[in-house]
Amino acid sequence: MATVTSTPDLLHDTLPDGSAPVKDSYLSNSRGFISWAFTLDHKRIGVMYLVGVMSAFFLGGVLALGIRWHLWAPEGALLMQTDAVGEATSNNDLYNQFFTLHGAIMVFLFIIPSIPAALGNFLVPVMLGAKDVAFPRLNLCSFYLWVGGAVFFLLALLTNGLDTGWTFYTPYSTTTDTSVIAATFGAFVLGFSSIFTGLNFIVTVNTMRPPGMTWFRMPLFLWATYSTSIIQVLATPVLGITLLLLIAERVIHIGIFDPAYNGDPVTFQHFFWFYSHPAVYIMILPALGIISELISVHSHKGIFGYRFIALSSVAIALLSFLVWAHHMFTSGMSEVATVIFSALTFTVSVPTAIKMFNWLATLYKGSISLNTPMCYALAFMFLFAIGGLTGLFLGTLSTDLHLHDTYFVVAHFHYVMMGGTLVAFLGGLFHWWPKMTGKMFNDLWGRISALVVFVGFNLTFFPQFIMGSRGMPRRYATYDPEFQYLHQWSTIGAFLLGVGLLIAAVVLFASLWRGRRAPMNPWGGATLEWHCSSPPPYYNFARPPIVGDPYNFDTVKYDPRIDGYYLTEPDHFADEDDHH
Amino acid sequence: MATTAPAAEQKTHADAHHGHAGHHEHPAFLAHHFDTPEQQFDSGKLGIWVFLVTEVLFFSGLFVAYAIFRSLRPEVFEYASQFLNTKLGAINTGVLLFSSLTMAWAVRAAQMEQHKLLVGLLAATLGCAAIFLGVKTIEYSHKWDLGLLPAAWYSYDPNAPHPEGLSPYLFWLCLVPGLILIGLCLWYGLAILRKKTFQAQVSAPLITVAACFFVGVGLGMLLESEAESHAGDHASHGAAHAAADHDGGHAVAAEEGGHEPLVHPVLGPLPGVASSGETEVLQRLASDQLNSGLRSELSALASQAELSSSPVDNAPPVGGLPTISRPEINPNRTDYAGVFFGIYYFMTGLHALHIIGGIIALTWLLVRAVRKDFLRQYFGPVDYVGLYWHLVDLIWIYLFPLLYLIGGPAGS
Repeated sequence: MATVTSTPDLLHDTLPDGSAPVKDSYLSNSRGFISWAFTLDHKRIGVMYLVGVMSAFFLGGVLALGIRWHLWAPEGALLMQTDAVGEATSNNDLYNQFFTLHGAIMVFLFIIPSIPAALGNFLVPVMLGAKDVAFPRLNLCSFYLWVGGAVFFLLALLTNGLDTGWTFYTPYSTTTDTSVIAATFGAFVLGFSSIFTGLNFIVTVNTMRPPGMTWFRMPLFLWATYSTSIIQVLATPVLGITLLLLIAERVIHIGIFDPAYNGDPVTFQHFFWFYSHPAVYIMILPALGIISELISVHSHKGIFGYRFIALSSVAIALLSFLVWAHHMFTSGMSEVATVIFSALTFTVSVPTAIKMFNWLATLYKGSISLNTPMCYALAFMFLFAIGGLTGLFLGTLSTDLHLHDTYFVVAHFHYVMMGGTLVAFLGGLFHWWPKMTGKMFNDLWGRISALVVFVGFNLTFFPQFIMGSRGMPRRYATYDPEFQYLHQWSTIGAFLLGVGLLIAAVVLFASLWRGRRAPMNPWGGATLEWHCSSPPPYYNFARPPIVGDPYNFDTVKYDPRIDGYYLTEPDHFADEDDHH
Repeated sequence: MATTAPAAEQKTHADAHHGHAGHHEHPAFLAHHFDTPEQQFDSGKLGIWVFLVTEVLFFSGLFVAYAIFRSLRPEVFEYASQFLNTKLGAINTGVLLFSSLTMAWAVRAAQMEQHKLLVGLLAATLGCAAIFLGVKTIEYSHKWDLGLLPAAWYSYDPNAPHPEGLSPYLFWLCLVPGLILIGLCLWYGLAILRKKTFQAQVSAPLITVAACFFVGVGLGMLLESEAESHAGDHASHGAAHAAADHDGGHAVAAEEGGHEPLVHPVLGPLPGVASSGETEVLQRLASDQLNSGLRSELSALASQAELSSSPVDNAPPVGGLPTISRPEINPNRTDYAGVFFGIYYFMTGLHALHIIGGIIALTWLLVRAVRKDFLRQYFGPVDYVGLYWHLVDLIWIYLFPLLYLIGGPAGS
């Protein structure tokens, strides 16, 4: 254990740490399948989550490409069947199953756990300066709940499929004979995985902070994760009970949602969106946290408006509970309710815009290095701005009546979820990859992947704004020929996007075999995870870390011998260190 | 390699532990990643509170569903609620309140290191939980016998003869606790024979607990049959049930509502409306000046009816105007009372699952208490389970009046 050090004063004479081989990192301190399957180490659990969510993303992505391929021609191109006359026609049921499973897998298995569970598990304790999360066993339990939920989703996929749309709206979901129960039970189990992760992070941040780590010295990623955890803990149980009621509706017909028994389907929509709108912020808030880190580190400039960004995360978390009914403007609510929810929806744009402007102010006069993570971060800002601004059209009652359930909505939430969360996730993955694996990737190809993803993404989804505003409804397997050229652009873009993601995957995988050893601090970050070696030792810190300003880059110096940075600590920290 | 890995990891833990925190006093109960027992206790306490918040929100969805459907059909809720046995509900409320007392006392005993008292109090709490489930078993099986089931299977017939003898459902519900009781007795016998004191000390209180379940069943049967004999004077069982605890008048009328022709949609003020259960309840509710929502709804219905009965509207319109109608309802119809019972079974069933979860947690505490694990500096688990138990109790405190105590007195 003692071979790994993060002693700051070692750096002046000998080669900085990180260039020497790490003998006892969390990856190598024990071996074998069992040592991973029953590990309580948050870093290993984070890595297992990473493998899991990326597999889910791959599955969901393949389904997405299937959808786009099918929409190449107005009468359908991929998912075909032969009708009685012997002609090939679009297999609409199969198409319904494709988009349903694409949505359900991407939302429940990928986006919600991606940043908090995979990157968050790895980073939260390290950034905080703790040895582990507060409840390591619960953490492992969360992971296996995720696996269990994924198994139920696969069961649904392999048995009867699922064709309700990822929202499981009643009354269709209580009458269809596809595997609604397997999928909703899977989502229920995944909900508990999410709740326990959130609970763990809340307690960890509250009780595991080392001396000196005050609330306003926490990195912004932790603020974002903390806010996310609040939503996970408060909103997810409501989804849990909603899905249980739906299952009960199907199994014992309790009659709450089913109009055949005098139930009320709109109640289901309220219940569902009471969770699922805050869940949108479960998906995007951690991404905003990643971007705050990336923008600051790669501009080598302290973050502008730290407290505003930190508190705007909390504000978004609280506001997220007040806007759920904007998904239901056309469901027959009272006019008063729609006006109130529309007005509340606009308030969310205030804290979001605060973040955006603070990032721009951080970039201003920064010394920007266009590394791969920074390329993704800049792509995020562009895409998320479009996604956010088009949200205003949908929050406005009069325009929403026209745009509801069209491709405009599809494009909007893909700009936010994929252009926002996925791109930020990739940026974060590239940013912390050297820390997680101890290997540097090929930066040139990384940047190329960012460019291809950016171009492919816009090519896929920008035409969908146009289609939607012209009235192309979502979730249809066939369409009017006047939309064909737009659909074809979109399909070409989707495959280009697939190529971009493939490049990113190859860059990361290749680094495992061919990458050079990562220095302790390749980007010049000042937060605590850069104080420990790459990859970190089992206990994260060989001795209690010294907590300073997470965005003070004056103490971070470049060393060309290791092509990385090292931390020069002010003297009074060294004195303080002696007391430990 | 793989088989030796856990040992290797264990070793690394120990090494790491000595490596960086060797000069700390690290007692056995303190997990490796905490620095002090206080930090561990605070983390656990915050964790359980956050968990309880999620539990409250978990149930909140059900309370909202209850509020929606009760406000839509208040008369159905009042009608169907009469089938719930208030005495049994009240007994269960008392039992749970008492168990909260023993639980809180158990936390105190753990803090004071009174090991024997702690075991006794945990067993008492477990016994109360078992009595609760026993009474609930009688309530459930009795309703299933009568066909008081969720919407799709609701088959209650007020005129059907009351099923005689023991319920077949009761047998199946008692099967698992019965097997557990037999298993525990066998375990105790074996432990005595093989002179395993620890196992005997654990299994003896658990036998008492399992027996408490059957105490609850017996108690339930006694009170349920008392209600039956009270109702024996009445001709039909439906009336009997309605009269068991409350005034049955309007319920009987409501049951007969199904045989009458449909009456005019407007309630109360208009002449010629049959005296049905619905109108009676609605009128009583509307007589309250504070109930402005219902009053304005009724007056709106009245003016609507006035408009639709005027000659202009009665003339056949060109395109065919949609007719406004609110059919007279019979609260006993599947799709009305069935929704109440759907909500009833879901809420009480989920609560019962939480009781079972509590029983598992308390049993784990009991085993550890016999082992004398809990110390002055380490009583966290007792405290956490205690908090959970109080929440389960609290939820019942809300369920009891909301489900059992609605309607009644104002009508009698």
